[in-house]
Amino acid sequence: MAIRRAGRAETLRELGLFVFIVLISVAVQVRNPAFLTLSNINSLLTNTAILAILAVGMMLVLITRGIDLSVGATIAFTGMVTALTIARMPQIHPLVALLEGTVLGVAIGMIIGLLVARFDVLPIIATLGMMNVVRGLTYVVSGGQWVSSYQMSTEFKAIATGRTLGVNNLIMIAVVIYIVAWFFINHTRTGRRIYAIGSNPEAAEISGLPKRRLILLVYSIMGGLAGLAGVLWVAKFASAQGNTAIGYELQVIAACILGGVSITGGVGKLSGLLLGTIMFGILSNALPLINVSPFWQQGIQGAVVLAAVLTNVLVKRNTERNALRRRAI
Amino acid sequence: MIDTGGERTAISIEKPFSWREFFFQWEWMLVGVLFLVIIVNTLISPYFLSVNTFVRTPATFLDKGFIVLPMMFVMILGRIDISVGSTVALSAVIMAVMYNLGVPMPIAMAICILVGAAGGAINGLLQIKFKELSFVIVTLSTMIIYRGIAYIILGDQASGGFPEWYSLLGWGSVLGIPVISVFFAIAVVVFGLLLHKTTYGRATFGMGHNLASARHSGVNTDRVVFWVFLLNGLMAGVAALFLASRTGSVRPNVAVGYELEVIAMVALGGVSTNGGIGRVGGPVLAVFIIGFLSYGMGLANLQAPIVLVVIGLLLILSVLAHRIRFNKTTNKSRPGSVAVKADKNQMEVET
Repeated sequence: MAIRRAGRAETLRELGLFVFIVLISVAVQVRNPAFLTLSNINSLLTNTAILAILAVGMMLVLITRGIDLSVGATIAFTGMVTALTIARMPQIHPLVALLEGTVLGVAIGMIIGLLVARFDVLPIIATLGMMNVVRGLTYVVSGGQWVSSYQMSTEFKAIATGRTLGVNNLIMIAVVIYIVAWFFINHTRTGRRIYAIGSNPEAAEISGLPKRRLILLVYSIMGGLAGLAGVLWVAKFASAQGNTAIGYELQVIAACILGGVSITGGVGKLSGLLLGTIMFGILSNALPLINVSPFWQQGIQGAVVLAAVLTNVLVKRNTERNALRRRAI
Repeated sequence: MIDTGGERTAISIEKPFSWREFFFQWEWMLVGVLFLVIIVNTLISPYFLSVNTFVRTPATFLDKGFIVLPMMFVMILGRIDISVGSTVALSAVIMAVMYNLGVPMPIAMAICILVGAAGGAINGLLQIKFKELSFVIVTLSTMIIYRGIAYIILGDQASGGFPEWYSLLGWGSVLGIPVISVFFAIAVVVFGLLLHKTTYGRATFGMGHNLASARHSGVNTDRVVFWVFLLNGLMAGVAALFLASRTGSVRPNVAVGYELEVIAMVALGGVSTNGGIGRVGGPVLAVFIIGFLSYGMGLANLQAPIVLVVIGLLLILSVLAHRIRFNKTTNKSRPGSVAVKADKNQMEVET
């Protein structure tokens, strides 16, 4: 009963977010008719695809009560290393490049995972430290140089610009990842266990779940997705720089929170996550369209995040109070 | 500050003095590391080892030291504030804009500190009004918002043109000692006394060890959280004063990454990230270690990115060293760990 009621609150939340997205879209459309055109929607989705991919990994991390601040740095590092490889050896297949980035990302994620799971370092400390180590290494491997568009092969850039079945590759990759993630977290034992260790670590450990291994896994997945996103990022913008994606982790975390992923662990659904990322995509796509100065973006995004977090708490308090009241009678 | 032996006997009432424990202190290790850094720096550059270096150089990094002191309180509480870099930027930006709007400089400086304090107070209030939220998400969102407001105010412009005397704050000296060092010394004494000699400091330790039992012992935990975070913001405002004085002009992207350096300094200083453990001497030594280390790497012509790598590694390594120092891992979620933790506390409350 309680579960069904919590589920209903969650559905209500998603419905609210959906209505909000529609309202914003209509408002923007009135101000600027270029918003709801097919080409703009396509570019909006393409721009949001990387965010959406990262949000999946971040959701898993947040579900285990962790946080990963190293995402932006991992994107920059894997993107840079892959771009350097492409610049040296233009003949290698784009898939190899994608694999290279992903493997590098998994390695970085595993280091963080080991720190958190094996040595009980607070996630925020471990990832804050690694964020700077990895960011520094990005500058070191590149020698402070950029890798520019002309150094990259056409096939490599086609990763982001090409189409599969008439849809942009980035969107395709994001869709595939969402399908796999949906299966993984809802229909495999490991996926369900991740929720278990997040919602009640003590109970999960007493029940014999391999908590440390699961946490290691979660950070490795996050790293892998960040590595993949790094390659996609470089292919999309056709340039790799030392300061690529600086501070991007904040947007990813914000999208998760908007999507109803609880920072206190155990709660988060892909459907909500998708709405959260689209909401965020619309915010960053629509604000320039209605002539909001780019300098307002960060402030607005931060305010939206804080508002979402506080609303979450208030709604939760309210439902709990109602549940108690019902029990009293 | 190095002689923490005195403080120790003052606090440990029950335990007899032991030479062995006296020498196996974290702070001695830090003193060793500091000497190592100085020796390496001397080997790198023949110009390093001079009285002038030791008097002048600290002025380049002590602005972070002002945040290290209150951050020590935050981390002893078992929390972290990652919004300090943004708070520094916001208060510096508001000060510069105010001054250029015609507000007299002394008042603008007061506003700078007040803005910092307000930023910290908001962090504290959010945490005591919304206890469900972790400190991570609260300070993360204010980190975005404060920096965002700084950008809204100033865009990508710089603001400055401060009066002549204001630059003395960062560059001037009294009797050969930089003004900033004098202020830092005063701040160290104040915060040291606050941490080790007042009920407020004791309450902070108590809450870091066990929040519930501190509350049941009659500590007004909400008030302590509020003041700890307010102080943290306030000192970020003070740091902004010195930073702006040294740079001469302010941009919204000043003090990016300060939170990392500050947290690394506190952690290296022997403050446990789990809360409840720490002494004022350690973080102060760590300020000088990391400060001289970055300075030395500058002398060796290493680029800033390598400094980033080193500081990041230092943060991780010092937290790891803590784990080993306090005997394996403290796994809070493991059943039965309560007893272990209580046992450990008794050992550490006195040290």
